[in-house]
Amino acid sequence: MSTKRLHNFWTKWRWECLLVLLIVVVAFVNARASNYFLNSTNLLRMTSDFIEIGILILPMTFIIVTGNIDLSIASTLALSASLMGYLFMSGWNIWLAAGVALLVSICAGLLNGVLIARLKLPALVVTLGTLSFYRGLAYALLGDQAARGYPPEFTYLGQGTIGSTRIPFALLIFIVLALAFGLVLHKTRFGRYLYAIGNNKDASRYAGVPVDRILITIYVLSSVVAALAGFILAARFGSTRPDIGLGLELSVITITVLGGVSIFGGSGTLVGVVLALILVAILRFGMGLMNLQGQVQDIVIGMLLIVSILLPTLIERFRHTWHWQPRMLWQSLAALLVLVLFISFFFWSRSLILFR
Amino acid sequence: MSTKLKLFAVMSLLLPMLIACGGSAPATDGSATNGSATDVSPTTAADSQPASDSASGGAKTYVLVPKNLGNPYFDTANKGAQEAAQELSVTVTYQGSAAADATQQIQLLNSLIAQNVNGLAISANDADALVPVGKSAIDAGIPVVTWDSSIAEGGRTVHINQAVSADIAAIQIKMASELAGGSGKIAILSATSTAPNQNEWIALMQEELKKPEYANLELVETVYGDDQDEKSYTEAQGLMTKYPDLKVIIAPTTVGIAASARAVQDAGKIGTVFVTGLGTPNQMREYVKSGASPQFALWNPADLGYLAIHALHAIASGQIEGKPGDSFSAGRLGQYTIADDGTILLGPPTVFNSDNIDSFDF
Repeated sequence: MSTKRLHNFWTKWRWECLLVLLIVVVAFVNARASNYFLNSTNLLRMTSDFIEIGILILPMTFIIVTGNIDLSIASTLALSASLMGYLFMSGWNIWLAAGVALLVSICAGLLNGVLIARLKLPALVVTLGTLSFYRGLAYALLGDQAARGYPPEFTYLGQGTIGSTRIPFALLIFIVLALAFGLVLHKTRFGRYLYAIGNNKDASRYAGVPVDRILITIYVLSSVVAALAGFILAARFGSTRPDIGLGLELSVITITVLGGVSIFGGSGTLVGVVLALILVAILRFGMGLMNLQGQVQDIVIGMLLIVSILLPTLIERFRHTWHWQPRMLWQSLAALLVLVLFISFFFWSRSLILFR
Repeated sequence: MSTKLKLFAVMSLLLPMLIACGGSAPATDGSATNGSATDVSPTTAADSQPASDSASGGAKTYVLVPKNLGNPYFDTANKGAQEAAQELSVTVTYQGSAAADATQQIQLLNSLIAQNVNGLAISANDADALVPVGKSAIDAGIPVVTWDSSIAEGGRTVHINQAVSADIAAIQIKMASELAGGSGKIAILSATSTAPNQNEWIALMQEELKKPEYANLELVETVYGDDQDEKSYTEAQGLMTKYPDLKVIIAPTTVGIAASARAVQDAGKIGTVFVTGLGTPNQMREYVKSGASPQFALWNPADLGYLAIHALHAIASGQIEGKPGDSFSAGRLGQYTIADDGTILLGPPTVFNSDNIDSFDF
């Protein structure tokens, strides 16, 4: 009975367990390699670098679970932050400006959602288009100027800490949002519908799931959350330029996929995605403390993503094949070789760059 | 059951490997073994060095932060910084983000602040966005000197100004006048019509041309190559066709100057039309030697890095506070004083010509 429960737990949370294990390993290596890693001030300061990404992965998880994608989130973020900055520079109250930017972000999400759900256009193409469109609007608003001089009560969003503690206020926002999104995805009918759409959109439609309405809802949600992340990022910077958050969508999608959300939809948990965020954050921070150059950090994260996609595929093959085949030996040897190459490259590059 | 076993076998094969390989780095720390492990052990030693040094108050560790890595301009600045490091017996490491992006640079700076380095010399990707992180460095007792591109006030201790716009404009007109022999038609090939620094320089050049010694120089047109090689090349060709007696093209942009020099060379007009402006020695070497562009100017990034580290050391070691009016010595460059706006001016731009170009590599 107990082994059966353990087995069930394992099959359900396999990926999450692996992520926890990786987090422990990375934390251990970081702590051994740098005296500055296990330091609450440093760790808390480091979280601020990942808050916006953290907030954006929540709606991205919803969207990828339905088998769609939103490439335009970083551009929506920039559009909202730029509009807010633009209105603020024209003399508006900052909260009023943020409110209007929030409304515009709803429109941005509606446009994505309607094109994808009602006109049945592929999400990849639609959001690739709005990626350029919304970013272009941001440039049209601010040009090569920066909006600056935000009042302290606004910059508190991104720079403030709770009371006299060193816990960033934005971290609290993230935790509240993550809990809310997690509950909706895993404990409500809406959440179950998202998985149903991801598994089979047509079947869901015949079963009475309001597919179009749900898709539009999650794209609007995505844009509103992107606007919120934009405000936090602008508050953290104390200013807005139209290139704010450029390329952030790639980090967001990387972490979501690393968190075990299948890019084809239908599977993945929010717990996994948040664990992947923690993994990438401490990995990046640790590599920063080891003074690894940015390019090397990118390579490591890229390899991690490839291995993370390779590993479940391999595991699936082992699960479905009863007998050991020579072919599988080669496959696992290839996987091992990739891993060894990756690790030796990691340390080789580290010494190479430091000796330069 | 056996599927689970296999699954377990794979996991148990892969994970200890990760752990072993990951963990082996710090483990080899003390024992300097031969073979591949030596690649690892010295690095770890180098990592822990700043920690013990800053704690014991020994040699200081500064970090030179460029806008991004892999840019020869910043690599040259690092050469100057290393030269200063040797003179001052300090360690200067060179750390940058992969892309010239404020978000990535802030992340890097946070990890450097966490390591408690003794000082930061930064070329900022965003003057405003870096203010909070610069401020938190200063609050943590880490002086911040900016160079090449500043952080706005409040986020830096001092800024090293590479050149004032008036000097940049003046030197270009002076070079053009020398090349034109004091009189004739000149034209400007700029980057984009909206680039603020370009427009400021062009306006100042027009001011400069009003001086009596330049009375015989006539600025016929300003064209825009958008900092694209092909477009700049075509625009330069257009200028030569439109004004057959054109003597000098001034291109205050590194893309434009090289494209113009190539256009002059391709048109066989070496000796009749000269190109000058702002460029880098590596891209202009060929044209200086061919005579298409006998002289051009730019500040020397090596001097910039050199001065940044000297200024940083003067502040970090407590010789000066970094306030306006403070004066310090910067080795071979001499004495510098911090101006009222909290900046230090490097000096007039360096003119590159056939005599000195081979001693520069950036």
